[in-house]
Amino acid sequence: MNAWRNVWTITKRELGAYFTSPIAYVFIVIFLLLCGLFTFFVARFLEAGEASLVRAFFDWHPWFYMFLVPAVGMRLWAEERRVGTIELLLTMPITVWQAIVGKFLASWLFLGLALVLTFPMVITVNYLGHPDNGVILTAYIGSWLMAGAYLAISCITSALTRSQVVSFIISVVVCLVLILAGYPPIINFVEEFFSARLADFVTAFSVMTHFEGFQKGVLDSRDILFFLSVIGFSLFTTSVILRTHRAG
Amino acid sequence: MIKVQNLAKAFGTKRAVDGVSFSVERGEVLGFLGPNGAGKSTTMRMITGFLPPTAGTVTVGGFDIVQHAIQAKRLIGYLPENAPAYTDMTVFGFLNFAAEIRGLRGDARKQAVARVVEMCFLGTVLHQSVETLSKGYRHRTCFAQSIIHDPDVLVLDEPTDGLDPNQKHEVRQLIRRMGEKKAIIFSTHILEEVDAACTRAIIIDRGKIVANGTPQELRQKSEEAGAVMLRVKGVPSSAVTAKLSQVPLVKRVIILDDKNGHVTVRAFPKSGTNGALAQAIGEAAHEWQIEQLRSEEGRLDDVFRSITMPDTAKEVAQ
Repeated sequence: MNAWRNVWTITKRELGAYFTSPIAYVFIVIFLLLCGLFTFFVARFLEAGEASLVRAFFDWHPWFYMFLVPAVGMRLWAEERRVGTIELLLTMPITVWQAIVGKFLASWLFLGLALVLTFPMVITVNYLGHPDNGVILTAYIGSWLMAGAYLAISCITSALTRSQVVSFIISVVVCLVLILAGYPPIINFVEEFFSARLADFVTAFSVMTHFEGFQKGVLDSRDILFFLSVIGFSLFTTSVILRTHRAG
Repeated sequence: MIKVQNLAKAFGTKRAVDGVSFSVERGEVLGFLGPNGAGKSTTMRMITGFLPPTAGTVTVGGFDIVQHAIQAKRLIGYLPENAPAYTDMTVFGFLNFAAEIRGLRGDARKQAVARVVEMCFLGTVLHQSVETLSKGYRHRTCFAQSIIHDPDVLVLDEPTDGLDPNQKHEVRQLIRRMGEKKAIIFSTHILEEVDAACTRAIIIDRGKIVANGTPQELRQKSEEAGAVMLRVKGVPSSAVTAKLSQVPLVKRVIILDDKNGHVTVRAFPKSGTNGALAQAIGEAAHEWQIEQLRSEEGRLDDVFRSITMPDTAKEVAQ
């Protein structure tokens, strides 16, 4: 009970920090612009004549997130370390876990908000035709979970350094690897030159493969579990890094 | 309230803190002195639970800082070095956050914030962003944070650093007042603060405690403690030293100043003189025109220097 109150106090503070700085507004505007631009001009949503958001809209999300989520997550711990407030935070009567979860939750809720603000897309597609709104909903859920996985990885890189730039670059690279592990050209390459079993193994680690199910309207427990375990594992790693960093 | 036993911290092969033990009771203000890099901040970081010790234990109010971290941390208010604060918040927002995370809700929180705002004179900057504050105000904001839950134990790392003389005075008064009911540790390298606020002082050097006592006791370790300073007019300095050197209690005499017929000398006593020196000097000098005659109490910065300077530097200084 008390634990969640502490988590919520941290979450509130972090959310406040997003909205008192320009980060929140810049992020939301750019995210929405990119979504609109790619859906209408690159994927040619209107010309396709298909009442579905799956391909034209959600297909871009893994790529947008690759740049945008590390930008949201990079300050989480790097900034605390640079300014020295980490010393205040970790000498308060809270556990390291409460701080980690509180911070993660704030950023994840923020990403959720950005995602919710794409609702005009849903209205448009409903106005133009008769889409399967169930599929749209599962795709949204999948997209949010994927954002959470990227974010948790950004937490690790942010805890590793006091430089936000370093944190950003490393997490972009890690996210790219997670995307490419399921990117068809890469998979074909692995299959051709190594073995099909290795290709399967690599694919199992890709966010693309696991996001696909959500895009088809399937809530597969394995996919959900994949994203949740990436989050869990990354947050655990973050706690280990914070501990060893202080152990000197 | 605070009990530190054989505390040690190693960074790689360097031992930043090496076997430090002391305790602070309620009603005590402990001054933590030492040159830069002596291990003051590291010790304080271990007491507050930010750094885990390599060896040794810290208990605060009976709770071990490692085993029962949360209970121990509840009792502590901490002002870290350089007074960090969340720059993206207003002073009001920051203090409310600090109060909330300390478990203060509703009216209790409002009262606590109002109390520290008044105590630390933050009223005029309350709705200003921390980023735009001057150093003094930022310092006081962080200080306010450390006392917001009225803690039993206060750990202050250089609480007067970066303040102007008036603010320094205020903070010292505040520490002294609060020290009557709390256990306080504060670090400083300003020696006059020890006199102004401490009931006891510890000098730490290269990770070890090298002196521990009341400011008075520490001062007596000074070479000058017990010496007598004399200023006379119209007597040649050679005559003064010659005469004073014959006083049985005097070990040696040095000339401090010899200008325009005013001679100032200092006489050092032999051991076990017990304050009779001033009397003896006064008698020896009764024919001269005495302008000043004073027993020296000893000076803290001399003690500090003689204890903490590396041996080679000491020889150079002499």
